[in-house]
Amino acid sequence: MKTFPTGGVHPPENKLTAGSEIRHLPLPSNVAIPVSQHIGTPASIIVNKDDRVKTGQVIAVSKGFVSSNIHSSVSGKVNKIDAVLDTTGYKQTAVFINVEGDEWSETIDRNDEIVTEIKLSPEEIVKKCLESGIVGLGGATFPSHVKLTIPSGKRCDLLIINGVECEPYLTSDHRLMLERGEEILIGVTILMKALRVDKAMIGIESNKPDAIDHLTKLVKAFQGITVYALKVKYPQGAEKQLIKALTKREVPSGRLPIDVNTVVHNVGTAFAVYEAVQKNKPLFERVVTITGKSVLNPGNYFVRIGTPVKDLIEAAGGLPDDTGKIVSGGPMMGKALSSTEVPVVKGTSGIILFPSNESKRINSMPCIRCAKCVQACALNLEPYLLMTLSEIGLFERAEKERITDCMECGSCSFICPAGRPLLDYIRLGKATVIKMARERVLK
Amino acid sequence: MSITVLITIISLSLLALLAAVILYFIAQKFKVIEDPRIDEVQAVLPGANCGACGFAGCRNFAEALVKAETFEGLNCPVGGAAVMEEAAKILGKEAPAVEPLVAVLLCNGTPEFRPHTTRYDGVPDCRIAHSLYTGETDCSYGCLGYGDCVRACIFDAMYMNNETVLPVIIDDKCVACGACVKACPRNIIELRKKAKKDRKIYVACSNCDKGGPARRACKAACIACSKCFNVCKFDAITIENNLAYIDATKCTFCRKCVEECPTGSILELNFPPRKPKVEEQTEVKTV
Repeated sequence: MKTFPTGGVHPPENKLTAGSEIRHLPLPSNVAIPVSQHIGTPASIIVNKDDRVKTGQVIAVSKGFVSSNIHSSVSGKVNKIDAVLDTTGYKQTAVFINVEGDEWSETIDRNDEIVTEIKLSPEEIVKKCLESGIVGLGGATFPSHVKLTIPSGKRCDLLIINGVECEPYLTSDHRLMLERGEEILIGVTILMKALRVDKAMIGIESNKPDAIDHLTKLVKAFQGITVYALKVKYPQGAEKQLIKALTKREVPSGRLPIDVNTVVHNVGTAFAVYEAVQKNKPLFERVVTITGKSVLNPGNYFVRIGTPVKDLIEAAGGLPDDTGKIVSGGPMMGKALSSTEVPVVKGTSGIILFPSNESKRINSMPCIRCAKCVQACALNLEPYLLMTLSEIGLFERAEKERITDCMECGSCSFICPAGRPLLDYIRLGKATVIKMARERVLK
Repeated sequence: MSITVLITIISLSLLALLAAVILYFIAQKFKVIEDPRIDEVQAVLPGANCGACGFAGCRNFAEALVKAETFEGLNCPVGGAAVMEEAAKILGKEAPAVEPLVAVLLCNGTPEFRPHTTRYDGVPDCRIAHSLYTGETDCSYGCLGYGDCVRACIFDAMYMNNETVLPVIIDDKCVACGACVKACPRNIIELRKKAKKDRKIYVACSNCDKGGPARRACKAACIACSKCFNVCKFDAITIENNLAYIDATKCTFCRKCVEECPTGSILELNFPPRKPKVEEQTEVKTV
């Protein structure tokens, strides 16, 4: 079975919600939709207080090339434009909407029938993705239209679809592949058309045999798509690792997948592209896994963007008494939330409620030079060294040791027997080095 | 036997002579002529190598002083005016008068004023906590309390007060090297002009939010109500970004603003206790 060659760890999978069907979360009474839900420039708001909006209406338009449109996820009245605490831990500008009914924009095709015929031309597909606010739903939220626009001088001959979902606990992509398999494959065909490639590979980890079987069966009706089972290993869902696992192509340090003629999209993104192109439905809801060992009814939900996390917790049977930490995203790369009012955004793949005994770190002890972190690093870095360099402030040296290559997967912190906060310091060093590099360019 | 010894002595002597000649010419070729005044100036500098002057160390600074035509923009905050004058005497130049500064913390968010809303169990490092979220309280501008500034201070001029969870600056020891200012990820330590008897009046808040949210996060927050601005007769107070700022060079220490401030965000330190206000007593005439 294929996998990437260097590094990686295998944390306990804990996919508690793998068997629960995706349900629709009841409409919230009010939503807060942040204008910065993607990598790049925040969108600029085009609605005012007291405006009436419909579900799917554009409320903020993209500003610049690397940016994305934001749509209203509900119908109702704009209550205010104010700051909301979001997953970054800081306050960001958001549009607050009081929900009244659920009136969808007329242009959206609400028919359940699957549309297979692709009418749009490649250019129109890219434009549609931009208009519909499609961003990478794997978690990085990079605007998809940017990835679909091949820079001049570059060539693309392969599309890779990421169905790995290597983070423990999360099952949103898994359920989507089982329940919306055909739509995903049409989405993949659309993406292939936009990129003008005739080959696509779907990578799925072997802990989802049902999804692999299902898609392998469906894929026979489609041209050029193949499904591959991958050995379970974290962080296989990372772009560069997935490319290496499937094709043996290696993305050089500091470069992008397009430099090895490849483009990677997530299965969730493929589904969103299908909905945008075939059904004219912009990205205003996504699948979110709500899970945790003490949660009464863990499950997968279609959640409207902007819904407060507390509504999701309510739907899962309320906050367990022993909750120590609420994490948005997976347990490896996710972020602890400081409030349950935080809205679900395009990048929220899951909400995990950790019991307090599981949420605590072990006390940090001195490094014993066991080099487990070096073995675990999928990018051939030396985490123990990078941590020390950032801790004592030798950022120039850290830059030479390629700290900016780190994708912050957290394998080093996970494997460290001394409980050292490796990633915390590496992240700090990486941010400082990126800032230094930017200042150098400005000079 | 004796011949062997003789040959050895002669050959070694010749080798030594050859090496000496080579060394002599190399020494001539690569001779470094250094201004002897650099050593003299370095001798009067404090030798803390703290980098407060903006140079890599005291030697580096001494070289800069010797090279410089005037002392404009060059200052050793640690040694202060006395050291600069001595250096000026050696070099026959004039040292411009520099006002001594002292570090102050622009936050008074003690647990009493600023209740904790979350608990942080990550690395006790302000830079990391700052990169993750607003901190254990709702104020995203105030002190995080993990002591990066205290660790940065090489003069032992700071310590953490465990009750207020805020760093304390010891005025007598602070040399205004600015290490804490650089260490603080929230930029809430300021170097202010030192006044007589270490007296200080300043707005101990950095919260740039509007009044409502600022007040909800911290009872001692500046809400930019402009009361201090209106009462100040010396134009020392400006209000920018929902925050009042007192210019230490203009302030006359009249303490009117302190009385006016509704949230108590303006602090007065090292002043003698105020005289209790004489209450106006109306004589009650008994009929």
